[in-house]
Amino acid sequence: MTINLTLVIVMAVLYACGIYLMLERSLTRVVLGFLLVGNATNLLIILMAGPTGIAPIVEDPAADPSQYTDPLPQALLLTAIVITFAVSAFMLALIYRSWRLANADDVSDDADDVALRERAESVLLEETSPDEATTEFLPDGLDVDPASLDEAQGRQGGERA
Amino acid sequence: MIDLLGALVPLTVIIPLFAAGLTLVVGRRPRAQRIIAVIALAVVLAIGVALLLGVDDAGTVVVEVGSWPAPFGIVLVVDRLSALMVVVSAIVLLAVLVFSIGQGLADGDDETPVSIYYPTYLILTAGVMIAFIAGDLFNLYVGFEVLLVASYVLITLGGTESRIRAGVTYVVVSLVSSLLFLASIAMVYGALGTVNLAQIAIRIQDIPVDTQIVLHVMLLVAFGIKAAVFPLSFWLPDSYPSAPAPVTAAFAGLLTKIGVYAIIRVETVIFPGTELNPALMILALLTMVVGALGAVAQADIKRILSFTLVSHIGYMILGVALGTAEGTAAAVYYIAHHIVVQTTLFLAAGLIEREAGSTSISRIGGLLASAPLVALLFFIPALNLGGIPPFSGFIGKLALFQATAEQGDALAYILLGGGALVSLLTLYALVRVWNLAFWRGADEVERGSSRLLKHVNEAPLSTSTVSEARTTPRLMTASTAGMVIVSVALTVFAGPLYGIAERAGENLDGPDRYVLSVFPQGEPSIDRVIEGVLEQ
Repeated sequence: MTINLTLVIVMAVLYACGIYLMLERSLTRVVLGFLLVGNATNLLIILMAGPTGIAPIVEDPAADPSQYTDPLPQALLLTAIVITFAVSAFMLALIYRSWRLANADDVSDDADDVALRERAESVLLEETSPDEATTEFLPDGLDVDPASLDEAQGRQGGERA
Repeated sequence: MIDLLGALVPLTVIIPLFAAGLTLVVGRRPRAQRIIAVIALAVVLAIGVALLLGVDDAGTVVVEVGSWPAPFGIVLVVDRLSALMVVVSAIVLLAVLVFSIGQGLADGDDETPVSIYYPTYLILTAGVMIAFIAGDLFNLYVGFEVLLVASYVLITLGGTESRIRAGVTYVVVSLVSSLLFLASIAMVYGALGTVNLAQIAIRIQDIPVDTQIVLHVMLLVAFGIKAAVFPLSFWLPDSYPSAPAPVTAAFAGLLTKIGVYAIIRVETVIFPGTELNPALMILALLTMVVGALGAVAQADIKRILSFTLVSHIGYMILGVALGTAEGTAAAVYYIAHHIVVQTTLFLAAGLIEREAGSTSISRIGGLLASAPLVALLFFIPALNLGGIPPFSGFIGKLALFQATAEQGDALAYILLGGGALVSLLTLYALVRVWNLAFWRGADEVERGSSRLLKHVNEAPLSTSTVSEARTTPRLMTASTAGMVIVSVALTVFAGPLYGIAERAGENLDGPDRYVLSVFPQGEPSIDRVIEGVLEQ
């Protein structure tokens, strides 16, 4: 099976960048990563169709079937594109909601897991207060009042936008 | 007879989808929405029962959509496994719907808000049905996507902060698994030139073994994330508990089992008896043990249940990994049992949440005195899940252990011991809930120090909000009671049911029967089909 080397390289780069972005904590980057990986997968499907040929519409019954382009991956691809589109729209809405509610663009730690870890770390120390658990995602030593924190995150968001 | 059954198969998808559209149209009239949704699911349940009886009697039903011949058009395949799954899921979905209607009526729709709940729920149903009747990998993918997108909406319902946080984890993890699945479909197509399961089963023997293993592992990882098999199970206890009670119940019962169903299909039809089975068995053991230990460490009932859910996925994977007809039969029965019981327990947790205002066992007590019916509705499925005789959990585990013992090697006996231990741990976790939430007097909660709670980690206040204790509507109790009755029926009618599971297991013993039902005249060649098309 001969395949298009350019497409393979493009696919590999898209996969690499997409996976790198998906490993980030920022949700916006996760969505961008998802879009890249989704398109890389679409390219993979096209590649798996094999070499391109004539349009797969039977006009000349005498033509050799192997000369046609394989039409099935294109049908699969179309479905996959639509699904990716719908899911990314949903993700964007989710991020916006998360931003409105918590001013957070992060994949946050699960609160119970944080409690579990803190408990394990402070077995011999005093009980940790619930407040500490909820501010776990803040950078170390960032001991500021919530108002200025919102401001800081607002600025950050502005830069991203 | 077969033709009639064939006509019924697509209806399991069409009816919920049509009803979803209809409920969207009458979005301003919740009463009409409720009636449509209940009728649609009841009809699906009736069709499911007809299909199960018909298929058990007459053999696998294959529908060629649009009359296109098998590998070129889309095929829908309903064998005993699919039909049983359709029936069990329809029962669970209907019960959960009735439960959520009861909750919605009582709360003025604050948990099941606006007009989108019922349409989304019906689309979820359609997605589940597509996944069960799909005869090719891509249709399975489409089914997964339909149900996942609906589940994204349901898990973030209401859009509160904790739900969004849990939802983000869930959505991102599901996306990764979907992309992996899609990539594996592309690889399968590249290697074999088909996505039809039966044709894959024929052609897989012609390709090198190492290519087979790559495809096998990719598919297993994609389905393993959905089925929450260790180490791909981390997302489940974080995301499920924060959703509304009925949604959690439906998800916990159904969604992971669809992953297990896909694993069964892959293991029996595409890659029967390969060398990956010992690895799968070890994963099954780890899933069981890690999940059960997680359940013991938790203080919130919903989280305890989520961890037991993970641990019991291990039993099903064990049954599949044995690679024998007996193992598959036991896994099939266990799936049916577990869907019903896990959903019932989550519904009971929803009732507890209403009665006591919390699901944290360190804060509630005295429920046996204040809500004896809820206590009963929790106690029966809890014993059932723990595998106490004579309940279906015991029958399922016994069948699994027998099939494992027949394997007879050291690994099998280690798994047998692990399975028995995990069963005890499950029982311990659930009895702890029983002791603290039900048996302990309400006055003891104030004093607070219980030896059972000494090593337990309390969730911070932000996640397990203490709501007002409210009266429980009859509809919620009734649907939970209905599910308890169904779970007891699984025990009472265990004979015929296990018979179906056994025949399903025989049917899935190697790909031959599956292939034969899709291609009764052997694999068709492209030339013959092109000639046929041109003649028309």
